[in-house]
Amino acid sequence: MNGVFRRAFERIGSFFRRSRLDREFDAEIATHLELATDENIRRGMNREEARREALIRIGGLQQSKELHRQARGLPALEIGFQDLRYTLRTLRRDRGFAAVAVLMLGLGIGANVAVFSVVNDILLRPLPFQDQQQLVWIEQANGKSGLSSLTYSVDAYEGFRQRNRTLKDVTGYFPFSPPDNYRLGGHSDLLPVTAMSVLGNFFQVLGVEPAIGRMFLPEETQRNGRAAVLLAYPFWQRQFAGDPGVVGRAIDLNGMPVTVIGVLPDRFDFGAVFSPGAKVDAFVPVIPDEMRDWGNVFTFIGRLKPGVSVAQANAEAGILAPELYFNVKYPNSKGGYTARALSLKEYVSGRLRRSLIVLWCAVGFLLLMVCVNLANLLIARMGARGKEFAMRAALGAGRGRLIGQLLTESLVLSAGGAILGLCLAYAVTSYLARQGSVALPLLSSVRVDGASLAWTLLIAVASAVLFGLAPGLKVSGRDLQASLKDTGHAVSASQGHHRLRQSLVITQIGLACVLLVGAGLLLRSFLRVLDVDLGFQPDGVAAIKIDYEEARNPQRRAAILEELLRRIQAVPGIETAGITDNLPLEGNRSWGLRAKGQQYREGELPGTFVYVITPGYFDAMGIRIRKGRQFNWSDRADSQSVVVINETAARYLWPGEDPIDRIALINGRDTRIIGVVSNVRESSLEKTGAWQMYLPIAQAGPVGSILTIRSRLPLAMLSPTVMRTLRSMNPSQPATQLRPIQTSVDRAVSPRRFFMLLVTAFAVFGLILAALGIYGVVSYLVTQQTQEIAIRVALGASKSRVQGAILWQTFRLAAIGAAMGAAASLAAARLIASLLFETAPTDLTSFAGTVVLLALAALAAAAIPAQRASRVDPMAALRTI
Amino acid sequence: MPDTKLDLLQGTLDVMVLQTLAVMGAQHGYGIARRIEQASGDRVLLNQGTIYASLIRLQQRGWISAEWGTSDNNRKAKFYSITKRGRKRLAEETVYWERLSGVMGRVLAIQPGGGD
Repeated sequence: MNGVFRRAFERIGSFFRRSRLDREFDAEIATHLELATDENIRRGMNREEARREALIRIGGLQQSKELHRQARGLPALEIGFQDLRYTLRTLRRDRGFAAVAVLMLGLGIGANVAVFSVVNDILLRPLPFQDQQQLVWIEQANGKSGLSSLTYSVDAYEGFRQRNRTLKDVTGYFPFSPPDNYRLGGHSDLLPVTAMSVLGNFFQVLGVEPAIGRMFLPEETQRNGRAAVLLAYPFWQRQFAGDPGVVGRAIDLNGMPVTVIGVLPDRFDFGAVFSPGAKVDAFVPVIPDEMRDWGNVFTFIGRLKPGVSVAQANAEAGILAPELYFNVKYPNSKGGYTARALSLKEYVSGRLRRSLIVLWCAVGFLLLMVCVNLANLLIARMGARGKEFAMRAALGAGRGRLIGQLLTESLVLSAGGAILGLCLAYAVTSYLARQGSVALPLLSSVRVDGASLAWTLLIAVASAVLFGLAPGLKVSGRDLQASLKDTGHAVSASQGHHRLRQSLVITQIGLACVLLVGAGLLLRSFLRVLDVDLGFQPDGVAAIKIDYEEARNPQRRAAILEELLRRIQAVPGIETAGITDNLPLEGNRSWGLRAKGQQYREGELPGTFVYVITPGYFDAMGIRIRKGRQFNWSDRADSQSVVVINETAARYLWPGEDPIDRIALINGRDTRIIGVVSNVRESSLEKTGAWQMYLPIAQAGPVGSILTIRSRLPLAMLSPTVMRTLRSMNPSQPATQLRPIQTSVDRAVSPRRFFMLLVTAFAVFGLILAALGIYGVVSYLVTQQTQEIAIRVALGASKSRVQGAILWQTFRLAAIGAAMGAAASLAAARLIASLLFETAPTDLTSFAGTVVLLALAALAAAAIPAQRASRVDPMAALRTI
Repeated sequence: MPDTKLDLLQGTLDVMVLQTLAVMGAQHGYGIARRIEQASGDRVLLNQGTIYASLIRLQQRGWISAEWGTSDNNRKAKFYSITKRGRKRLAEETVYWERLSGVMGRVLAIQPGGGD
C-alpha cells in the first residue's frame, strides 16, 4: 500500500519536473547507446553497423522516451495539457469562430443558470425556516371567495390548537393587515409603516430567533397588556440606522408608545414567503380577545410532531374542522369549517411548479439548440480540418487521441461559455432579486449559489460532450486515404457531412418551432389577460391611504368623510373622488349575503366580498351601474340599510327578476338592494364569478380608508395639493404618495408577464440560432456547389433561377423542420394548457404565426448565400476546378 | 516454436530487474538489460528501451535507488542498486512466481481423458 502512495506522489512530482527528468533520461539513454555500440564494436562490427544494431536493440529512442515518461509521470494529464495548448493555439488562429461559439454558449448557459437559480430558489431550496419540512399550512378546503373563506376565527383557532394531536403547535397571522396600517411618529412627518399582526407564538413555531432582543411574551398578547413590536431587519436598518440601542426603547406607533422588543434576522423575509410582492416593516402581537368577534381572521401554520406526515395532519384537520366553533357564544356556529393541510413549501411554491418547469424546459431546449448549432459549426470546420486530422492519424495518433483532441476543444469553448454565462446569470439574478414589484414568492433571495455553480459545471460539460461528440465520431470513422485525397470541394466525399448538417438544421428548426409556439401561446394568453374587462377603469385613477379622526359613531365618520371629499373634489383637476376600505386586487374580506325569505342548502351560497364605500367611489373607479342607483349622503346610519350588489350575486339570488328594492339579509340585518353594478375582478384578473357587495360608510364598519381620485393630471402635480387638503382635515395624515391603481393591476399580472417575457426572449434567441444554423448550412451548400452553379449559369440559367434553386432547398429544410416542430409543439402545448388563459393549446394564430416567422427567418438566412450564388462568375469558378 | 522469442508478461520484467540487481549489485541500465538477455539465453524478446520504464517504476516505489557514477570504460552512467525494501519485495515475488509456475506446470500436465 505504501508503495502505491509513494508512487502516486512521485508521479505527481515527476509531472512538475518534466524537463529535468527528460534531460536526465536523454543522458542515460545516450550512455546506453554508447555502451552498446562499444560492445558491438568489440564483437567485430564496424562503427556504423554497431550503432545501428544498438539502436535496433533499444527499440527506438523516441518510443523508449515515451515509455519512460508514461511510467514516471501522469500521461493522461500530460496529453490533456498538450491538447489544451494545441486547442488554444487553434482557437487563437480562428478567433471569429471562437468568439461566436463562446457567445452562443454564454447566452445559452447564462439563460440556463439564471433559470436554474430561480427554480432552485423557488422550488428546490428549502424555506428559510428551521426544519421547514415540518411546517404545514392549514386553510379552509373550499375557499372560493377570498381570504375570509380560507381563514378561521379566534375561537376556531383556539379549538384547533387544543384538540389536534398531530401538530406540536399551531400559529397564524392576520392576513387582512392592510399595507401602511400604522404611523410612526417622532419625526416631522408621520411615516406610514406596514405592521403584520401575528399570533404570539408565530416566531417560535417557525423557528425564527430574533437577531437582537426577544420574542413576544404571553402578557404582550393580552388585552391591556404591554404594547410590543418586533422590527424587520431592513426597516431597522433604514429607519433606525441599524442601532441596537433601539431595542428596549418605546417608539410612537399610531400615537401610542410601543416597546421595541427585538429585531428579526436579515434572512427572515415575511413578504417573500407569505405575501409575494409586499413589504412588511414590523410585527405586532395579535391580541386574541380583541379579535374574538371579528369573524375569520387567521390563516394557520402548524409544526408537525416528529414522525407525523403531512397527509396525517391533513386527515386530522379534515376531521377536526367541522367540530370547530365559529364563535363559542353561539352553539349553532359549529360545523361550518372545512380544512386541508399542505406543506408550507407546497403552499408557497406549489402553484408555480408548472410554470417554472416549463421555463426550465424552454431554456433546456435553448441550450440544445446552441449545441446543435455548434455541432454544425464544428462539422463545417471539420470539413476544412479533415486533412489536418488525417495527417495526425497518419503520424500515429490513435482514434482516442483524435476524439480527445476534439473534446478538449469543445470543453475549452464551453468553459469560455460557462464563464460568460455565469457573469450573465449573476447580472440577471441580481436584477431579479431587486424586482420587488413582481409577485413571485422568494424572488428576493434569488442568487447564483453553490448549486447554481454545480449546475453550470454540469451543463457546460454535458453540452461540450454533446456538440463535440458529433464531429468526433465523424472524424474517427473517416477513411484516412479518402480524407487526404479529399480536396474539401469534391462533392462525393462530403456528402455524409452534408446530410448530417442538414438533419441538424432540421432539428434546430423543429426546436425553434416548439419554443416559438410556446411563447406565442403564452403571449396570446398574456394579451387576453390584459384585455379582460376588469369591471373598473384603472386609467387615471390614483389611490392614497388616508387617516381621519377616529370616530366610533358611524354617522360622525360619514360626516367627516363627506367634508373631506368635498374639499378634495374642490381641488382643481380632480374629476371625482370616493373612499373605499379595500381596493380590488388588494385586500379583501367576505360576509354572507342571502335573499330574505329564501331557504338555501348548507354551503350553497359563496361568501360575498364586502366593500364599505362612500358616494363617488363608483364614479372614481369607473365601476358601471347596471341597475338602480348608487349611494348618496342621505344613506345615513339612521336611515334604511341599503346595499349595492354585483351582477353575479343578483343573477343568482333573484334569477330572472328585478333585484332592485328586494330585501337581503346581511349579518342578520334586513338590507334593501338599491343598485346592481358590474362584476369587478377582485382577487385575480383571471377569475370571475365572485359575489360582491358594497355598503355605505355610514352603515357598516370599514377596515381602513383609501381615497380614490380620478384625474387627468400627472400624480406629481396632484400629490402636494391632495396632501395639503388631507392635512387641512387631519394634521397627522402620514406622508404617503398617491399611487396609480394600475400598479396593483400590474402586480396581479406580474408573474404571467415574468414568465411570458422570459419564454419570449428564449424563443427569439432560438429563432436567431435557427437562422444562424440555416445560414451556415446554406452558405456551405453554395460553396460546395459553386462549380455546379457555374456550369448551370454557363449553360444559360438565369440569376433568379439560381437564387430560386437555393431558396427552394432552404425552404424544403425549413418546411420539414417546421412540420416536425409543429407536431412536437402540439404535444408541448397540451402540457402547458393549464398555464394558458382563454387560449386553446391548438390556437391557430400562434401556430400560423410561428410558421410564418420561421419561413421568414429561413428565407432571410438563405438570402445572403443565394445572392452570392447568383453572382458566381462561371469563368472564374470553372477555372478553379 | 523454438525460434520465436518469448513476449514478456506484464510485471515479469520488474521481477527480473530486481533479481538481477540483487545478484549483481549496482548496475547501469545497459548492464541490466544485457544480463537479463544472457540469463534467459537470449530467449526473451526485450526492447532494451523498455528496461528504463521498469527502472523508473521500481525507483518510484522505493525498491531500487539510483546514483550517477562512472562505468568500467569511463562513461558517465546511472547506477541502480536494490534497496532493503526491494529485497523484501523480491522475496515475496519469488515465492509468488514459484507457486504460479508450479500450478501452471501441474495444470498443463493434465492429460486428455485422465482423471484423478
